Amino acid sequence: MSAPRPRIETVAYDTLTVRLFEAIDEAHMPWILAADAALRERFDEALIDLVPSYTTLMLHYDALRLGQAEARAMIVEALADLAPASDREGRHHVIPVWYDESVGPELVTIAERLGVEPADVIRRHCERDYCAFALGFAPGYAFMGLVEEALATPRLSTPRQRVPAGSVGIAERQTAIYPMRSPGGWNILGRTAVTLFDRSRDEASLFRPGDRVRFEAIDRDTFVEQGGDPTPMEAS
Amino acid sequence: MGADESINQGEPMAAQEKGATLIVRDAGALALVQDGGRFGVRHLGVTQGGAVDWVSLGWANWLLGNAVDAAGIEITLGGFVVEVQTSTTLALAGGELGATLDGEPVPPHTRFRVDAGQTLAFGQATSGLRAYLALPGGVAATPFMGSTSSVIRECLGGLDGEGRALAVDDVIVAAGREPAGEARVIETPPRFTEETVDLEMVPGAQIAQFDGASVFATFNERWEVDARADRMGVRLIGQALRNGAGGMISEGIPLGAVQVPPDGQPIVLLNDRQTVGGYPRLGALTPLACARLGQCPPGTQLRLVPVSPHRTRRQMQAQFARWR
Repeated sequence: MSAPRPRIETVAYDTLTVRLFEAIDEAHMPWILAADAALRERFDEALIDLVPSYTTLMLHYDALRLGQAEARAMIVEALADLAPASDREGRHHVIPVWYDESVGPELVTIAERLGVEPADVIRRHCERDYCAFALGFAPGYAFMGLVEEALATPRLSTPRQRVPAGSVGIAERQTAIYPMRSPGGWNILGRTAVTLFDRSRDEASLFRPGDRVRFEAIDRDTFVEQGGDPTPMEAS
Repeated sequence: MGADESINQGEPMAAQEKGATLIVRDAGALALVQDGGRFGVRHLGVTQGGAVDWVSLGWANWLLGNAVDAAGIEITLGGFVVEVQTSTTLALAGGELGATLDGEPVPPHTRFRVDAGQTLAFGQATSGLRAYLALPGGVAATPFMGSTSSVIRECLGGLDGEGRALAVDDVIVAAGREPAGEARVIETPPRFTEETVDLEMVPGAQIAQFDGASVFATFNERWEVDARADRMGVRLIGQALRNGAGGMISEGIPLGAVQVPPDGQPIVLLNDRQTVGGYPRLGALTPLACARLGQCPPGTQLRLVPVSPHRTRRQMQAQFARWR
């Protein structure tokens, strides 16, 4: 893939969006990560926030130090000789998941739709590495993908009022884990005991944009041993 | 925002023991510990938080000689009551919420003495929506990711770090016992009484995806603040706006972003917004306009006024210069 031509867009008086791509593709992430590193280095103390997401990076700079023209020039300069980050750049996580109808009701509905056993859905969800394209919705919530086309499932028409922490879900070709109990409309397949956002941890969030994640099926006993809460979905 | 490096870092326990203390007797509608907000963590999905009307929090802090983004109490709509445990000096800015000290009116935008045993009570909003109470040195609380701002949805910040609103019997401890500087007076305090409020918006690149009639309507029609308004966002009611963008790929969202979902009614995204989203945007209100919107109750009539990033920057510099 040749180097993308960045487009710099005004989004607020102190914020620019750098648009690198037009479509979602895991092959874009090394470029996004490289741009992330280059912009962090170039802006340094004048950087307030930098938010990579799928095809863009939103750059919030300190407007008391920099004008917008200056900030644009710095972006152009920082991205002049962009080369994709290596595959090893992002960290790799293995997330143990207890896949079960009691904590993941849509495991069965997806299996039925495909005319396969739930075990087959589990195997296919665990089969590939997913890329964390962006974090949002809640602290530590990573939008990951892409799941196999056949598993793609639209969001629930009526979102649940309460999705328990650790719930693993699918929406379209994306997969995610709810870091804390919250409302949500994703199709839930199972639950993990892994804490995704831990205030006592150095960076709090387990995932960062660009990380790679693979799911691994475990049984109920292992899940409980790992500290998981097996309370069924409807009672949560 | 993000202008002052000296975001309140809270105080160690030893300092808390000598700080002035207030006890909450009535939580009112909503009272939250807020400072200038949480920055540098948006890529982890953590929202900004912070005082919605950061200008009024700034004035309250300025009156006491605090860092302008030190933690104070954001009181929404009123009903909040505290009992003073330690004689000290407090400051109040923002909306007029009928504050009284032992029954005597306390006007906003002033610094005032309080004695142990006195009761500071807020009534109902008569102008504006949010009042800001500053304490000497700011509210003492342990910062998380550089801020003590409370975000209820994220369970972050505030007195106990769990993000919850202030509740009856909570003990609010100041970082200091008395203000650092001499008494100060605000020459021209902000007013929240205009019949129609002008809010400046920096048009964003995506405004090009809206049809011409919608762009015209954006800046020429009146907008009304909807009842669906909170610290995440404020819905505006008016002519439906159309765009050809359809479903977009999610990207980062700045403070004040004016996004337009498929029903065509804009939503201004504020401090507790989600960090990424996929609706097309007209642009972003300036931070000064966001602060002003934070004082607009439902039903307020608005006009959106285009402004350049350059002009906004000068206005922001002027605002910070007033606090020097």
